[in-house]
Amino acid sequence: MEDKKRLEEFEARIQRGEKIEPKDWMPERYRKQLIRMISQHAHSEVVGMLPEGNWITRAPSLRRKLVLLAKVQDEAGHGLYLYSAAETLGVDRQELIEQLLEGKAKYSNIFNYPTLTWADIGVIGWLVDGAAIVNQTMLAKSSYGPYSRAMIRICKEENFHKRQGYEIVATMAKGTPEQKKMVQDAVNRWWWPSLMMFGPHDTDSPNSGELLRWKVKTKTNDELRQRFVNLTVPQAHAVGLTIPDPDLKYNPETGNWEFGEIDWDEFWRVIKGDGPCNRERMRARRKAHEEGAWVREAAAAYAAKHGMKSRVA
Amino acid sequence: MKLDKQTQSDLFDYLLRLGDDRLILGHRVSEWCGHGPILEEDIALSNIALDLIGQSINFLSLAGKVEGQGRTEDDLAYHRDALDFKNLMLVEQPNGDFGFTMVRQFLFDAYSLLLMEALQASELKELAAIAGKALKEVRYHLRHSSQWVLRLGDGTEESHRRVQNALDDLWMYTREMFESDEVEQRLVQKGIAVDSTSLKSGWESMVFQILKQATLEIPGEQGYYSSGSRQGIHTEHLGYILADMQFLPRAYPDAKW
Ligand SMILES: [Fe+2]
Ligand SMILES: [Fe+2]
Repeated sequence: MEDKKRLEEFEARIQRGEKIEPKDWMPERYRKQLIRMISQHAHSEVVGMLPEGNWITRAPSLRRKLVLLAKVQDEAGHGLYLYSAAETLGVDRQELIEQLLEGKAKYSNIFNYPTLTWADIGVIGWLVDGAAIVNQTMLAKSSYGPYSRAMIRICKEENFHKRQGYEIVATMAKGTPEQKKMVQDAVNRWWWPSLMMFGPHDTDSPNSGELLRWKVKTKTNDELRQRFVNLTVPQAHAVGLTIPDPDLKYNPETGNWEFGEIDWDEFWRVIKGDGPCNRERMRARRKAHEEGAWVREAAAAYAAKHGMKSRVA
Repeated sequence: MKLDKQTQSDLFDYLLRLGDDRLILGHRVSEWCGHGPILEEDIALSNIALDLIGQSINFLSLAGKVEGQGRTEDDLAYHRDALDFKNLMLVEQPNGDFGFTMVRQFLFDAYSLLLMEALQASELKELAAIAGKALKEVRYHLRHSSQWVLRLGDGTEESHRRVQNALDDLWMYTREMFESDEVEQRLVQKGIAVDSTSLKSGWESMVFQILKQATLEIPGEQGYYSSGSRQGIHTEHLGYILADMQFLPRAYPDAKW
């Protein structure tokens, strides 16, 4: 009865647009859902470092190298920041990382695709960071205070990433025939996985209703996906790139770019672990973790000997 | 800059040494991005790589100006082969484990700190300014690498063994840092460059102190010391670094990126 009253108060607060803070009462479901979402998001930032990190040593100019390094570093910072946001809900980073390494936690499917040419670096910044921005702009209005604030801060950096990515794309799209080929190929490979980033159709999204009611999310997957397509198609056309969707057409009445059906079999297959790079990404994360074990132990031992609090224990 | 022909060519060479050390070490450190032992180190190592590559851009771009043939820092980074790279062999050594990377970094940082400090007094104002800016970053790098040498040296048995091995393996690449040659000496005469031999005792006192504190043994006299990288002699590893780094601009010489 007590809980029922508290739940009513909680929902009323959310209705009034108040933010929920870590010390406030919240239903267990709300806490669980947030931990799931925020940790998935944190894992995605960290796993996302791998496909892009793949091109740092091969960046075609020193400036591009600096920009890419700084971008991947930003993603590590986002990971750190999001793990801290998740920790406000009473879990610790170590526990969440274990879940990822044991394959119990998810991360964004998009990072299970490979980066094959330099054009992928441009296209990832443009499409993947672009899709992340659409999602995160919505999450910045989330009812949970720490998540909402994390999103506001992170979104600013994602906007840089997107701009820098699009600049690479635009440069290559007006470059040599080989560059044009590379960049169109990258768009062909990344377009559909980018649309999949928004998740299943609303009708197939089991968590959506609850998340919307509690304003963890404020827009549905399909609404966000449509918004992304509307923003992105003109950007592709502006630099002469083709979107690999024969069904794509503009609807002047709704103002929407209508698009073809996503390959949901592929979507579910990759989520369940059978994408081109799932195993490789997890292997890389586990390797870094395992090979770092003696380093973390040494830091803890040193801190214990010298009576300091270890930041890596 | 009004320089006589000899000074111009010496200075170009000297700036390549400064730029290449930082470019190649930055490349190595950047290989860690996404693979560090903890997320905080991914961030710290990316930062260090960013600083080093940033410093190399400054030195190489000045080298291009001194040379006066219109070559940019990218031309110099991407269109020279191993024989024309002037970096120390120390910095091109593969990363190994995290301890190996930190020892390599520590040995270089201590040297770089002394060098940048001294270069601030260079008669060549552009060079003094670049060194002054780099110095702030190098101070942070040295603090970071020293802390890790301490933690790992005086951490667990395993970590002690690993960093001691790293130190023993890298020691033969340290003497080169303090080798001078005619190019450098002529620039020292003009008040432009720093005499590398003058940095040795300062480096030793800094490095020995941290190693002792880290309970590590200072390696004894080695049977072999690398020599000649300032003249373009390298280990087997540089070729692979360049193959990676230079691939795109070399494969597509007409492309702009
Ligand atoms: Fe991010
Ligand atoms: Fe990003």
